Amino acid sequence: MSKKLKVAVWKFASCDGCQLSLLDCEDELLAVADAIEIAYFLEATRATVAGPYDLSIVEGSVTTPHDAQRIVEIRKQSRSLVTIGACATSGGIQALKNFGEVGDFIRTVYASPEFIDTLTTSDPISKHVKVDFELQGCPINKLQLLELVLSAVQGRAPRIPHHSLCVECKRKGVTCTMVARGDTCLGPVTHAGCGALCPSYDRGCFGCYGPMDTPNMAALDHRLADLGASARDRERAFASFYVNAKAYREHRELVTSGKVPESKS
Amino acid sequence: MSHDVFKADSKLPDRLLVALREQGYTTIGPTARDGAIVLDEIHASADLPVGLREDQEAGHYRLQARRDEAVFGHTVGPQSWKRYLFPPNHRLWAAKRSGGSFEIKPQHEADHRLAFIGVRPCELAALEIQDRVFFGEEHVDPHYAALRTRAFIVTVNCAEAAPTCFCGSMGTGPRAEDGYDLALTEILGRGRHEFLVEVGSERGATLLEALELKPAGKDALEAARKKAAELAGSMTRRVETDGLAEALMANLEHPHWAKTAERCLACANCTMVCPTCFCSTVEDVADLSGDHDERWRRWDSCFNSQHSYVHGGNMRPTIRSRYRQWLTHKFAGWIDQFGTSGCVGCGRCITWCPAAIDLTEELAALRGAVTT
Ligand code: SF4
Ligand code: SF4
Ligand code: SF4
Ligand code: SF4
Repeated sequence: MSKKLKVAVWKFASCDGCQLSLLDCEDELLAVADAIEIAYFLEATRATVAGPYDLSIVEGSVTTPHDAQRIVEIRKQSRSLVTIGACATSGGIQALKNFGEVGDFIRTVYASPEFIDTLTTSDPISKHVKVDFELQGCPINKLQLLELVLSAVQGRAPRIPHHSLCVECKRKGVTCTMVARGDTCLGPVTHAGCGALCPSYDRGCFGCYGPMDTPNMAALDHRLADLGASARDRERAFASFYVNAKAYREHRELVTSGKVPESKS
Repeated sequence: MSHDVFKADSKLPDRLLVALREQGYTTIGPTARDGAIVLDEIHASADLPVGLREDQEAGHYRLQARRDEAVFGHTVGPQSWKRYLFPPNHRLWAAKRSGGSFEIKPQHEADHRLAFIGVRPCELAALEIQDRVFFGEEHVDPHYAALRTRAFIVTVNCAEAAPTCFCGSMGTGPRAEDGYDLALTEILGRGRHEFLVEVGSERGATLLEALELKPAGKDALEAARKKAAELAGSMTRRVETDGLAEALMANLEHPHWAKTAERCLACANCTMVCPTCFCSTVEDVADLSGDHDERWRRWDSCFNSQHSYVHGGNMRPTIRSRYRQWLTHKFAGWIDQFGTSGCVGCGRCITWCPAAIDLTEELAALRGAVTT
């Protein structure tokens, strides 16, 4: 590696949890610092280096007109741009506002609503600019983030599996909560990456890694209905971190419109 | 090999465990944990699922108490022995950069010897199928071979079958005639709790010597065979294997594939729990310095879309094509490749499918006439 990769880490509407994963890589930090030049990372240092950048890592969703302009500028300054976390890849939990009246929320929450300048939706970065890779998760898995950085350093595609969470349960030897307990588990349509955290603690998956590559939403919905989950519960199960992900969003619309039968039996 | 048969009392499991551990074996067997019977190291019979059975149906599994103290009164749980011989995550080798080149450090299997306690006849058949895959011909997997040839197999014949079992159709159970070191048949009732012990290898015979068991009469073996035949005949789930491979391959465009695909989650659970499925993916993991590299093998599945990704695209983009791959490979392709069906009728893929898809029903529908 002759020249260090010049990397910038950007924040939009988010909780910082994903960027902090990078600082959480304590054992690997020195090697990271050796392999890349961190040119812009306000969470870690005040010093900033002007663009262009080899790699921009973007956290957070676009929620204001100012954000919408800023991401276009960042894209122009970046050879490669990757997004990390539920906010950047889908709009995040704050995208719940996409399904309500933003004006009502603002009037309820803020004493002086006239100072609030916000978009009516919380958008994934990919709605505004071209994104080279989306790393899903709320928060992301730090080892996958390292893999993402490493793949950029080595100039190859990142090795991030896009299959269901169930694969992680089975590799780990975790007994299926859905089959052995009848729990609602979103694992069969959810992107792997968390290491089957919830099923390991006897809880069904909440879907915080968002949809897998080919989610069969209707099939899971049928099964959850058979197991006794009401339409309201099935709709709400998907109204969290990845509420605005296409597969989840479209499916909720179907369920709420009553187009999905209550039970197949 | 002589087929010696002995009788033993209910202390047999403990005595066997002691004898195996004294010989340096790590004893692995069924144990109840988190609402299921899983496999783990067991030290004494108290670790075994004494007095438990499973309620199994498509997409459904619950542990239940038995009315007796049967040690092996269950059938098969979510895990299979492949987790030990073909581990879900396995380092194949590590490499270190040195100068302008690199050094490969091969992975030596730990020197441990595993003893598998409670291998069901269908699982024994599954081990034999994986043997053909991993060291059948010229391509020997050294990791699998090292562990497998050292493993001591204690089979347990089944006295009861789960509703999901169909070994009767696949000719793999519920009784094993060979392929084990020792085979146990548990006999319970009218105040009796005994075991019939059959010897299947020199290793098995040597181990038994120290236990000084009494020979069993010929009639005991006959009775066990008769019971097994009755059990095989009473299984409710069936697969008609005659002409199945041909029927499947002739029905590749059967409309039923699409119907199943509507229900299938492509979650891969069926392939992960299947004791014969062997697909894996290989991952090179390098550190940031680029000086160290490790190659890992991990369980993969034909249901994962990336599994069939080749340069430029995915060969099986739809769930329909992936489900069809799984079923036709299992029941037709394997016969051409390995000379055996890939299914032993253990029923795991039925129980552990979160969508409750039952391959025995799918097979029956798929070989039926195409109705439009
Ligand atoms: S617990 Fe959930 S994620 Fe795990 S195997 Fe079952 S359905 Fe899949
Ligand atoms: S399929 Fe047959 S051999 Fe396997 S557990 Fe069931 S009864 Fe036993
Ligand atoms: S296909 Fe299903 S029933 Fe057949 S061996 Fe595999 S898991 Fe068992
Ligand atoms: S058949 Fe069942 S277990 Fe297998 S991939 Fe489809 S839904 Fe998952």
